[in-house]
Amino acid sequence: MTTARTFFRFVAGSLRLISRGNALYYAWVALLLVGMGIGGAAWWKQFHEGLITTSMRDQMSWGFYIGNFTFLVGVAAAAVTLVVPAYIYQWKPIKEIVVFGELLAIASIVVCALFVMVDIGHPERFWHLIPGLGFLNVPSSLLGWDVIALNSYLLLNFVIVTYLLFTLFRGKDPNKRLFMPLVWLSIPAAIGIHTVTAFLYNGLIARPFWNSAILAPRFIASAFCSGPAVLIILMQLLRRFTNFTIRNEAIWKIAELMAYFMAFNLFLLGAEVFKEYYSDTHHLIHMEYMFTGVQGHTAIVPWMWTAVTCSIVAFLLFLLPKTRRHVLTLNLGCVLIFLGVYLEKGMGLVIPGMTPDTLGEIYEYVPSGNELRLTLGVLCTGALLFTLMVKVATPILLGEFRDRP
Amino acid sequence: MSQTATTRRDFLCVVAGCAAAATAAGCSDLTHTRWFRSRFIELSPDQKERILAELLEENRKKFPPDKQDQVVLSGKDALPGVEFGYALDISRCVGCRRCVYACVDENNQSRDPQIHWIRVLEMDKERGIDFAHANPYYDTDQVPREDHFYLPVACQQCRNAPCVKSCPVGATWHEEDGIVVVDYDWCIGCRCCMAACPYGARHFNWAEPNVPAEDLNPNLHYLGNRPRPKGVVEKCTFCIQRTRNGRYPACVEICPVGARKFGNLLDPNSEVRYVIEHKRVYVLKAELNTRPRFYYFYGV
Repeated sequence: MTTARTFFRFVAGSLRLISRGNALYYAWVALLLVGMGIGGAAWWKQFHEGLITTSMRDQMSWGFYIGNFTFLVGVAAAAVTLVVPAYIYQWKPIKEIVVFGELLAIASIVVCALFVMVDIGHPERFWHLIPGLGFLNVPSSLLGWDVIALNSYLLLNFVIVTYLLFTLFRGKDPNKRLFMPLVWLSIPAAIGIHTVTAFLYNGLIARPFWNSAILAPRFIASAFCSGPAVLIILMQLLRRFTNFTIRNEAIWKIAELMAYFMAFNLFLLGAEVFKEYYSDTHHLIHMEYMFTGVQGHTAIVPWMWTAVTCSIVAFLLFLLPKTRRHVLTLNLGCVLIFLGVYLEKGMGLVIPGMTPDTLGEIYEYVPSGNELRLTLGVLCTGALLFTLMVKVATPILLGEFRDRP
Repeated sequence: MSQTATTRRDFLCVVAGCAAAATAAGCSDLTHTRWFRSRFIELSPDQKERILAELLEENRKKFPPDKQDQVVLSGKDALPGVEFGYALDISRCVGCRRCVYACVDENNQSRDPQIHWIRVLEMDKERGIDFAHANPYYDTDQVPREDHFYLPVACQQCRNAPCVKSCPVGATWHEEDGIVVVDYDWCIGCRCCMAACPYGARHFNWAEPNVPAEDLNPNLHYLGNRPRPKGVVEKCTFCIQRTRNGRYPACVEICPVGARKFGNLLDPNSEVRYVIEHKRVYVLKAELNTRPRFYYFYGV
């Protein structure tokens, strides 16, 4: 009963925290709300007129929504795995890294769910996916597996973070024997969600571009580049605007580990490029569409070369100790790798995979205005959720927000 | 299986209904409406009947007043001892696309946005079957063009169907007679099946389908040509509303050169069996192991 009353104070206090802040905070939240408003209007239009408001058609039946979904599953997966180096190298702010990593994971998974909801033709029938109430077609459907994996992962992270923050709020020390096993469990779960998401594409025999055994390793490698990039930037912001002490060594170590993953990611891309171009079968056409265009259709080509360039430059910046330790080049590298992976997953995975379509037709897909506005709205929703959660978590971790019964 | 699923759903319905102090009887009404029910294959004959009656009333209104009493909505099951198969003679097909339009008329496909269940590809004779160089937008005034041949593609009714495997909610399945069907009232519109299909056979209703009332075909089947809502996937059903009543699919009937053969694979005297025995047949994208019930052959 006392716990319930304390939890109520925890929730009430959290609401108070998120409603107060400086001008910068209000401006940021207002900006996100505007983005959500734009997205909401776009969603209303799409709900009434159908997915015809997007540029997707039968030839290109998945598009920007599913690309964004895939990218964010990667962010969610990678955020949590930073616990491993934090533990191995005995970084001081290990608790903080766990909390912020998992908050990022929660926000990303919620955004993933929203992207699926806006992509499906009948969002009001989502209950058909709930076992018992509807019919979840497992083990055969990979989307079925993805629903299970993503929801379990969301639940796991939600439980860990809530337990940690609530315990600290009560002024107690979290029971390591209770939460560390859950944290360790969340690591294979993180790898799991991205693997299952890769398998969702990988298992489709109709699409040779995705039907490659290194697709899941490529997903993991690229996720370990983009996810930590967000956290590096976040840690520096927290250090600047709050009293957090995050040592440079921790950030540099993350950057170093990212360099290895970037190298691996580029190696896997090279392996894929070799296989396709040297074999020169009719499957090559998808990669050609991506890098050189086919029959004058080149809409995606500049984006893909931008992605490759970003990834290579970021790799070089993170490889050299001098540039990865310099605040300017470090952050430039973070932005470049985030952009590189975003373009690679958001566009370079789905679009060439479906172009040309299974009967050889080339439908040049470029997201529609309504599609872009809706995407903006969904991303803003995630950013707002993450902002609000960080707003509450930060004073708890700093010991400034404590229970006063 | 279907029994447990229904019971569980009834139970959940009771739980949900308690808030509204629903009686057991009232709750069972709620369970069996179209909006809160199981997949079509899980329904009892009684529930099917009720849903079909409800849907019939709803669909009647879409027809012109003088045609409304002709509307029939069947839920007829597969006939015992029947497994449908199709054979298409590539050497005869002239690419006139009459099958495409007969199919549209028969199956109430949306006119705008346009949906075609059959796609005819014009191919270079010298290249053989090469999808990357095929042209689906050729002009029928010119056919058959020199140095070209024509390959009509629709649902291959695979025995090992990637679409059925990929559906997260089991909204698409194999019927006893081999037809792969979609329950339009259960499909969530995620389009996994479209990504999974190697033949481009599945089509999505990107907008509210639009068929002029006077052009609607009143002979409807629940799993076939009944008017679809927007946001769901549809596909060729071997004209389930015709073939389960002993008729040919519309495309077979219309074909001016007799390139299309259809029948019961289990009947040794059927036309499709004759083709398999006496001609050499092949299937599209055989390397994918989808094992189609749709065969192509060179008859002449």
